[in-house]
Amino acid sequence: MRGWVSPRFARAILPGLSLATLLIAIFYLQPRAMSYVGLNLMLNLAVPIALATIAQMCVITVNDLDLSIGAYVGFVTCIAATLLQDAPLLGIAALLGGVLAYALVGAVVYLRNLPSIVVTLGMSFVWLGLSVLILPTPGGTAPQWVRGLMTLKPPFVPFPIIAAAVIGIFMHLALMRTSYGSILRGSGGNPKAIGRAGWSLLRAKVTMFALAGFFGMLSGLSLLGLTTSADANIAARYTLLSIAGVILGGGEFVGGRVSPLGAVIGAITLTLTASFLSFLRISPDWQIGAQGAILIIVLALRAVINRAEARK
Amino acid sequence: MRAVRSQAVGLVDKPWFWAFVAAFAVWLAIVGFTHGQGGGQVLTAALTFATFSVIVGIGQMFVITLGPGNVDLSIPATVTLAGSVATKVMATQDSMIAVGLVVALLCGVAVGCVNYALIRILRIPPIIATLSSSFLVQSTAIAYGRGLRIKPPPLLAEFTTLRVAGVPVLAICVVILTVFFSVVLNRTVYGRSVLAIGQSYQAANLAGINIGSIRFCTYVLSAVLAGLLGFLFSGFSGGASLSMGEQYLLASIAVVIIGGTSVAGGSANLPGIWGAALFFYLVETMLNTYGLGAGFRYMATGVIIITVIILAGSHRASR
Repeated sequence: MRGWVSPRFARAILPGLSLATLLIAIFYLQPRAMSYVGLNLMLNLAVPIALATIAQMCVITVNDLDLSIGAYVGFVTCIAATLLQDAPLLGIAALLGGVLAYALVGAVVYLRNLPSIVVTLGMSFVWLGLSVLILPTPGGTAPQWVRGLMTLKPPFVPFPIIAAAVIGIFMHLALMRTSYGSILRGSGGNPKAIGRAGWSLLRAKVTMFALAGFFGMLSGLSLLGLTTSADANIAARYTLLSIAGVILGGGEFVGGRVSPLGAVIGAITLTLTASFLSFLRISPDWQIGAQGAILIIVLALRAVINRAEARK
Repeated sequence: MRAVRSQAVGLVDKPWFWAFVAAFAVWLAIVGFTHGQGGGQVLTAALTFATFSVIVGIGQMFVITLGPGNVDLSIPATVTLAGSVATKVMATQDSMIAVGLVVALLCGVAVGCVNYALIRILRIPPIIATLSSSFLVQSTAIAYGRGLRIKPPPLLAEFTTLRVAGVPVLAICVVILTVFFSVVLNRTVYGRSVLAIGQSYQAANLAGINIGSIRFCTYVLSAVLAGLLGFLFSGFSGGASLSMGEQYLLASIAVVIIGGTSVAGGSANLPGIWGAALFFYLVETMLNTYGLGAGFRYMATGVIIITVIILAGSHRASR
């Protein structure tokens, strides 16, 4: 650690640095990936993962954890591929019901002072059950507008990059730059202080859970736009992946310390490991392992930074 | 309300009592529906499947008892890895069963050590540590077990499905294991230390408990039990498969919580794990006999978990 690099700054650029390292390695291995088509292909799946990661981040901000996000994203794809097509009004109502259920979970977790891990674990079964009831076997069709949006080809910059930037910057402005955003983060950092200051902790919890439901819904819709057919288990891996993305992006488990831009970068990094491995000609069997390895390396670097800070 | 509760003596006051009551009620509902037909078989099947959840439930219980933030998310990956490695080592040979068991347990030891090393060296919450290591372990299992479909040794397959008067032998063994761990929890320095750390980290620290080594042992214990499950389940289900561990992430946490162990740590409950595991499989069987599909079964499981945690939470709050 050189004197002029503050630990705080080092922590902040770590997610970007790990993404840049991975991108450089990919471009070195396969220069053709450095093109509009290449980036589009590699980053397509990053959009739903980034949205799920933002959803998870909302919950982590208020010191909770959502173990149901994967099942919920699957549920959204099932609704959107069936109900939303056949009976649009009913479909929209079902999707809104999902967001409402998330808000309710937030309220129950706060009012009863329950461990969110257990409640969301239960919810994951509920979402899975509902999905299986709606769509017993994989299938259905994606609504045209979702499909159209996800296959958009804007000039110069590939759609996934624009989408990721918009999601990240929007959440950054909302959570890091507004006064209510700091209250929300504060309700995770020091709930007592926020409560004493007269803010409703219940409202903060419900807001963040509802936002998680909202972003989870967007994640499901965007995923459906890419895969065109739905499945109850389609996003089973998103639960763990989204937690990994938040942590990779510099979020901390407790204390309301999160970073929306970092979370999006973390999600993109995790998505790119698949391309990285295939360019290295390593079997996709190791994809999950590579994601784990990146997570551990970044956490190790952060531990080094934190120790340097403690020594000062 | 408080007066009534304090008057209630003995069993009724024990949190695990209700898990068994619920399991029994569900069993009655099944037998009532079938007019007494197959009540025994239902119980046998429930015992068999409950046994597997109980094995990992015990490990998860010790981990959760360490206090908030302690959860082992690497159990499913460890189950899969241990199962694939053990079946490959045994190569359908009866003579290699003991070696296979040792190898499966060693897989557990290795994963437990990695978990604790990550927690200790990186100073990260156990959830993240076990999450990261589960990625690595799962990937190793996938790469190692690709295309692998080796049958278990006949003797092991026979042992895991053996029944004496309708009672699975494996269930009897795991009951003995449960009793053993009850003694470990309540009568040994290790067990009391786990409870003490869960009740108050600071007090345990000031009391001179070596928190590091206790946590280390607990994470290794959880992973070793996951290894044991991998070994037994691959014998039971005709070989290891890549998704064999999947269901045990949620199941291991669910049976512990429903069984009356405090999620906040410091209060553990071994008999409750059995009650909860039986309850879960009986509910599943009940919905099956009523002709309801997988969707309803999942939903029922979810609703039960949430209901129990809400009731348990209010119980704690009312004191």
